[in-house]
Formats: sequence, structure tokens, C-alpha cells
Amino acid sequence: MKRIYCDHTSTTPIDERVLNEMLLFLKEKYANPSSIHLQGQEVRKHVEIARKKVAELINADSHEIVFTSGGTEANNLAIKGIAFKKGKGHIITSKIEHHSVLDVLKYLEKKGFDVTYLDVDKYGLVNPDDVKKAIRDDTILITIIFASNEVGTIQPVKEISEIAREKGIPFHTDACMMVGLEKVDVKELGVDMLSLSAHKFYGPKGIGALYARKGILLESLIHGGHHEKRRRGGSENVPGIIGMGKASELAMEEIEKDRERIKELRDNLEKFILESIPDVIVVGHPEKRLYNILTVCFKYIEGESILLNLDFEGISVSSGSACTSGSLEPSHVLLAMGLPHEVAHGSIRFSFGKINNLKDVEKIKEVLPGIINKLRQMSPFWEKNK
Amino acid sequence: MYTDKVLEHFRNPRNMGRIENPDGIGKVGNPMCGDVMYIYIKVEDDKIADCKFETFGCAAAIATSSMVTEMVKGKTIEKALEITNQRVAEALGGLPPTKYHCSLLAEQGIKEAIEDYLKKKESAEKKV
Repeated sequence: MKRIYCDHTSTTPIDERVLNEMLLFLKEKYANPSSIHLQGQEVRKHVEIARKKVAELINADSHEIVFTSGGTEANNLAIKGIAFKKGKGHIITSKIEHHSVLDVLKYLEKKGFDVTYLDVDKYGLVNPDDVKKAIRDDTILITIIFASNEVGTIQPVKEISEIAREKGIPFHTDACMMVGLEKVDVKELGVDMLSLSAHKFYGPKGIGALYARKGILLESLIHGGHHEKRRRGGSENVPGIIGMGKASELAMEEIEKDRERIKELRDNLEKFILESIPDVIVVGHPEKRLYNILTVCFKYIEGESILLNLDFEGISVSSGSACTSGSLEPSHVLLAMGLPHEVAHGSIRFSFGKINNLKDVEKIKEVLPGIINKLRQMSPFWEKNK
Repeated sequence: MYTDKVLEHFRNPRNMGRIENPDGIGKVGNPMCGDVMYIYIKVEDDKIADCKFETFGCAAAIATSSMVTEMVKGKTIEKALEITNQRVAEALGGLPPTKYHCSLLAEQGIKEAIEDYLKKKESAEKKV
């Protein structure tokens, strides 16, 4: 069966052109870029070209890019890097962060740091005034996700950045969902640190980067050499870096090309669901939302059941239900947006990418109402609400 | 993650639906946790003549509902009460560790339905 991949927010397929560039560095150009010999220096040259491409994608300078093993490590480096440098203090974040931010902060709380978790509104937006009010004399960092991986809501990062700048507090944003999909300009935004991940924009897994503005001092988390200007020890993941560089170059060239087409696919499915399936809630901000994400709560049924039924039809999606998280709690993001537990359990996230076409959407439209109806017929809550 | 047997019961659940005027109902689970199971039974000559379920939940919750209704049908009350969550999980070829609580619901659901039946029977006998 031909699969329909509609889970680009989890990860994207690698672009053929990215893979081809990487192969050279897995085969012939295998030398260590730290080696002095000619082979090593040849690889070094290409690593630095890739770094420049990644920097250009977000309008940073090359030396402000630290390569990491991915978005999770970039978030860890930004937050712990500041926290360990300062030793103590207060950090401001939101309730809808990715776990690679939330779990780091929970850990830091155990180590004696104070953390304020800001509420969001029903669209998942942080109010910049709340950020301002939460600032204390001992606040050492503000970290807010740029675009939510679960619902796609895009935060007023520039406004928050201005507040942070005014108070002289470092501001970090987890932009893993944003970079490669939308234009991101660190200079215009005024952020101090920004995390990005290659596999979210058709690059390889296992490689990401932290943008750290010149002058931001971070404690290194991985010791073991002079690499990345002593900010991250360990021999460079050369094929990964080359792949991320190529993916960045392609994103720069093709962002506009794919944008409208992908948005149309998403909007097409959203309209269909709202018009043909009763008792559904589309979550996230109506406008300030990533153009490829559609998160829907189907009332009276549970997300994993929907996900697996779509899977049987060859369609890959995600869910924020408890059953897909390995705990009894549904998505913390949906709960923070004020959705009741039982509604949050019924969430499905469709996320489109450049491999999708109208045929894919037609197939989803063909099978989805039947799946929802079948599960609702099984649900003890369905008929009572009719 | 799931065995073929779990997926098969999830795709084609047995005894789905409700029984009108059941002899006993077991309502277990909590919508906040994402799993709710209603088990309906019809009893004749001390045997479970019919058993149906309605479930809000994941694949494991639906498959265990389906399996437990299959297991108790035709059994005497006494035998039906012997069904444990382990036996439901085993009949499905096992469950992932995080889904263990779903098999507990199936056991609790059938037990509550039987208790409900016994209570109703007792009060009916008192009236006589």
C-alpha cells in the first residue's frame, strides 16, 4: 500500500539532494576536520561552508552557530549553559514548551533554580505583558517556544525579545518548528539564542544547532576538546553538518515555493472536517499558526484509536492523547490551552510537507468520517450527546 | 507495539454496542484518563447469555473490552467472576506495559456488571 505521510512535524523525509551531498562525506571525504593534513583541512573547509549556510538561513554570523546533536541538545545547551554559568536564579518559560525545554527546567528546579511557567490563552498564545510582570531582579533567562510543535501557534517572539532586551535578560527561543518553514531573522527578532533542528526541514536526523549571539557566554555541557570554539566537545558530525548546510540552502531557495501549496492542502482538509464531521474543535490560533499543521480534537473518542485506524488505511499522523505519550495525561499543551482532559484525549495532528499532494488530502477525506463514526458508535458518550 | 491479536480485536471488535434493559451494567474508568468502559450483561439460568460493551479509549481498551465480552459469554456467574486481567491480556497475546491498566478495566467492568446484577437480584428477591 502506498503510504500517505502526514506527520512532518515529527520529522521530514530527507531531501534527495541533501543525501547526495552527505554521501561524499561518508565515503571519500571522511577525514577529521580537526586534522592538520590536507584531507582534514579539505573537510574543514566544507564544514565551515555548511556553517555559513545555516547561519544565512537565520541571518546570523557563522561564529554564532554551534552544531549540536539536534534540537534537544540545542535547548539543553541554551538553558543549562546560562544556568550553570550563573549558578542560581530565576527562569521564565511557558506551559506549552517542548519536553526538551520543560524537562530541563524541571531538572534545574531540583538543583535550586526558580522557574515561572506562564499561562497561555485558548489559542496557545503567551501574553508579552505576562512575561514583563514575571521578571524579577534575579531572572537570568527567558525561554519561549517560537511555534508550537503540537498546535502550530506562533508566539510574539519579537515583542518578548524587546522586553528581555530592555531588562538585559538573555532570551532563548526554541525555533525547531519554525526554521525552514518560515523566514526567521535573528537580527530582526533580536533574540539572544535560538535552537534549530535539521530533520524538521528535510535534513538528516542527529544534527541541529544553537544560535548564540556574539557576547552570550555559555557553560559547555559536553567537554572533550576545542571543538565548536570550546562550546561543544567531540569530533564534528561531518555528514550531518554537510546535510544541514544543504537543507538550509534549499530552504532559503524554496520556502516561498512550497508555502502556498502546502497551506492550501492543510486548509482544504480543515474546511472539510469542520463542514462534514460534527463535534470537532480545531485548535491553535486561526491566523498566527504554522501553515502546515492542523490539530483537531474529535469529541467523545480517543486519539490513539483514530491514529491506528488511519494507520490501517496507510495514513501516518500523530496524536496528543495520553495513550501515545506513555502516561495517563493527555498533551500538556492542549490542557494549558484550557481544553478538558477528555477532549484533549481525542486530538489528532495532521502535518503536511512538500511530499504531499491533493490526492493525499482526498484519501484522508474519503476515510476519516467513517473512522470517526465507527469509533463514536463504540463510545458510551456519543449517543447521550445527540 | 501491539500484538496481531490486539489489533485484530481492535479492528473488528466483538459484541460492540449496548443491551437494552440489561440485567447488569458495569461502568468503569475515567474520561480524564482517557479510558471509560461500559459492560452490559444479560443473565439466564445463572449464565451470561449476552454481553456487550461501549468503550471510549485506546486500541488496548477496545481490544480488552472485546476480548472480555467473548470470554464471559456462556459462562456461569461463578466462572465469569474468575476472569482476571492477566487472563484477558494473555488471551490477546500480551499488552505493552503502559497499557496494563486497560486490562484492569476489563476485569473491573465485568465484575461490576455482575455485582450490579446480583444486587438487583437480591433486592428483587426481598420484594417477593
